[in-house]
Amino acid sequence: MPDPVSPTAVTLTVNGETRVESLPANLLLSEYLREHLRLTGTHVGCDTSQCGACTVLVDGLSVKACTVLAVSLDKSRVVTVEGLARPEGLHPLQAAFQARHALQCGFCTPGVLMTAAGLLRETPRPSPSEIRAGLDGVLCRCTGYENIVAAISEAAESIQAAAGGDAIWPS
Amino acid sequence: MAVLGQSVPRREDVRLMTGRGRYTADMVRPGQLYAIMLRSPHAHARIRSLTTERARAYPGVHAIYTGRDLVGRIAPIPTAWLPPGSDLAVTEHPALALDTVRYVGDAVAMVVADSLEAAREARNLIEVDYDVLPAVVSVTDALRENAPRVHDSLPTNLALHWRAGVDVSDAFRTAEVTVRRTIVQQRLIPNPMEPRAAVAEYDPGQESLTLWATSQNPHIHRLLVSSVLNMPEHRVRVIAQDVGGGFGSKIACYPDEVLVSFAARELRRPVKWVEERQEHFVATTHGRDHVEEVELAGRRDGTITAVRVKALANLGAYLSTAAPGVPTILFGLIVTGAYDIPRASVEVMGVYTNTTPVDAYRGAGRPEATFLIERLVDAFAREIGMDPIAVRRKNLIRDEQFPYTNAFSITYDSGRYQAALDLALQALDLPRFREEQTAARREGRLLGLGVTTYVEMCGLGPSEVAGAVGFQGGLWEHALVRILPTGKVMVMTGISPHGQGEETTFAQVVSDRLGCPLEDIEIMHGDTDQVSMGWGTYGSRSTAVGGGALAMALDRVIDKAGRIAAHTLEADVADITFDGGRFSVRGAPDRSVSFAEVALKAHLAWSLPAGVEPGLEAQASYDPANFTYPFGTHAAVVEVARETGEVRVLRYIAVDDCGPLINPMIVEGQVRGGIVQGIGQALWEGAVYDETGQLLSASLMDYALPKARFLPPIEVLHTETPSPHNPLGVKGVGETGTIAATPTVVNAVLDALSPLGISDLSMPFTPERVWRAIRDAEKGVGGRNHDHDAV
Ligand code: FES
Ligand code: FES
Repeated sequence: MPDPVSPTAVTLTVNGETRVESLPANLLLSEYLREHLRLTGTHVGCDTSQCGACTVLVDGLSVKACTVLAVSLDKSRVVTVEGLARPEGLHPLQAAFQARHALQCGFCTPGVLMTAAGLLRETPRPSPSEIRAGLDGVLCRCTGYENIVAAISEAAESIQAAAGGDAIWPS
Repeated sequence: MAVLGQSVPRREDVRLMTGRGRYTADMVRPGQLYAIMLRSPHAHARIRSLTTERARAYPGVHAIYTGRDLVGRIAPIPTAWLPPGSDLAVTEHPALALDTVRYVGDAVAMVVADSLEAAREARNLIEVDYDVLPAVVSVTDALRENAPRVHDSLPTNLALHWRAGVDVSDAFRTAEVTVRRTIVQQRLIPNPMEPRAAVAEYDPGQESLTLWATSQNPHIHRLLVSSVLNMPEHRVRVIAQDVGGGFGSKIACYPDEVLVSFAARELRRPVKWVEERQEHFVATTHGRDHVEEVELAGRRDGTITAVRVKALANLGAYLSTAAPGVPTILFGLIVTGAYDIPRASVEVMGVYTNTTPVDAYRGAGRPEATFLIERLVDAFAREIGMDPIAVRRKNLIRDEQFPYTNAFSITYDSGRYQAALDLALQALDLPRFREEQTAARREGRLLGLGVTTYVEMCGLGPSEVAGAVGFQGGLWEHALVRILPTGKVMVMTGISPHGQGEETTFAQVVSDRLGCPLEDIEIMHGDTDQVSMGWGTYGSRSTAVGGGALAMALDRVIDKAGRIAAHTLEADVADITFDGGRFSVRGAPDRSVSFAEVALKAHLAWSLPAGVEPGLEAQASYDPANFTYPFGTHAAVVEVARETGEVRVLRYIAVDDCGPLINPMIVEGQVRGGIVQGIGQALWEGAVYDETGQLLSASLMDYALPKARFLPPIEVLHTETPSPHNPLGVKGVGETGTIAATPTVVNAVLDALSPLGISDLSMPFTPERVWRAIRDAEKGVGGRNHDHDAV
């Protein structure tokens, strides 16, 4: 077994920037993002992988960053909430979250947004009940979820309506 | 464009959606150290010995503090609500246990190290030899003779004994009908998604401390932390940046913030502590937890004549900051609800147990009060064979009775209770529901309706009343409005929002009054060095009280600007009008000057009227004349699956009246979020302790927070009845959801189960509990009180 803290080489891309790192083998992706890269948008809300506040995209799939070791992500592409907006402005998901008041305290929001991003990549036109099921991995204590569901529906529509389809997703 | 009453998108959102929020756990200070707590695994034990030598020697450890190290150096953690006439027995609450631990999670030692890893390793090396003592967990056990005592210094476990109202035994003796229920108002665990956190930094040159903390009320924290640390208040600065929800759990002064501050002062290094979620379950205050005997007396025609309540409130091992006020003042004075009930009596015993301290949780006392009266009204209706809606209608306080003084001498400001009920029933389409229910029952399906007509007391509150009821603080609010030379506006408010959106709603108020664009306004809060004073965000007080102060300060700014405008326009002040951001001379609209121009003139001060000082800034403190009393009607339709006991909420309709809406979208967000928390209590949430005081529901795997999948869409409607005494007419809306939703859903489920003869059941209505009740009823043992079988 490798020493948990002995450095391991890993090359990964975070929000479009490729990084060659030497990281302790026991470092969680959430710790790597928050402490090494100071990308504090990825939140840690629990210690049992329940809350989903830490959710990011890894190779396009939504993943709880507190459940993955950073060194296991060699050659992976990670997108955090900081990488969701585009230079020209908010991502349609973010715009819809604001328009529909889908966040209050905002603590769960990065994880909810990235969960929604993962969901819409796989299911571009989810029904409200598919969205609710898709939110199973996240907890929000403030909103009661309804406005989140509405915002995701609205974002799905505006993404579909916009030409360019896949270009909307950061990689 | 009118900006009040518009669903303006929140200005808070962009930073929070792009990962640029600044939560306390995101902070990194140069040279910061990491603190963690060693907490008791036992509910009650004597500390025989506590050895830290090996831990202290661990590489990277800077300090290990135990209770002994703090003696004489920091004061005990204070209780700040001392209701008079309650025989309050306050005991000392040391920040770290001295020789006795009194609940699982009670802090025993703090480790400070270079890294979290080092701190954790060192914590493992601390040796504590405990002599485990018998624990008391439930209120009923705690009051038994010979029960183990939580505090040796007290003769019993009774923490307070409080009464209100009048003797109602006559009314009960002569009543045509009486109903009685035992209510177990289960313990809840707040669980804001952001755990608590604190970062403290000491400046030895200035001899000053800065504490970044997850606080709902930084000025209260400044006051309490400085007093515990014995530091002058003006040398302590508390900053609550972005705070990830609180729901009452971030009001209290906890040992943790104090300890981190103490360590930063001792070690002259920044110290950071972040609560872990499982730590939150034991170390952050819980909510509710009553066992109540409640009775209603009435007549066969549906008139309610009296209510009697005896409540045992579990307060946990220590009296947290506001704890004694929650099951007394915030509960007892409003148990008659929205009804004109002439006589009532309440008796509350607050009890120490070997459990986590209990304090405010969203609604704090008012959900418990509303629950019991709404359960009683339904039980009464069933007893006399009357429709519960008709019983409500018959007893609701009528419009012409306002201002209405209730049986406890508190005065409800304004209300149109029937109008809210009518609107809810119209949205529900009651006749149609009745048909559906009849059809469903014919098929053996269990469909039920619950209707709650509620009133709550919020907008806390007049300071004079705060003093009279023993709250060790004021409840007024402060605002400072500073106009810059360019006409831009900075507002410093004493409230401390953490999700409620006042950066937006307060900007709307400013924009409405000054006629300036929203982009020109900054709302600042949460920093005691920036904001003169304030009492924080809780008790649905921010917009009602903080907004009142803001409106007053704005009026003062306009008043002064008007005098400068008159001078500029060479007109009499009495002839100046202000509209849409321009001052003009009455009858001569072409003679006008913009607010921004006046702001510049005020700052240049080249030509000001006599007696007017340069600059344009005003502050105001608003101390409300009364609480505000939002009200409304909530209705839920539920279906219970006979085979599994699973409850599904099919429809939920909320009609709330919180006065005029400044931002309807934000109000609806508050309502929906609160309702879901209320549904959570009815159906899923509940802290479970075993008899030794171990918390069994101690993680998010074991404590069921509401999830999107199990929730219905919520229909949100409003009536608008202004509060006559509030400058904005607003009443507050942050807590109505948890206040109304729990009894609404519970009554709906019991209505659904009524064909089986089930008349009562204790929360939470988990599938297992409901299924057992159904099974027992079908076996013929129905009708009995299926009570909370656990502790
Ligand atoms: S931090 Fe809660 S699931 Fe990752
Ligand atoms: S917005 Fe606060 S937890 Fe979701």
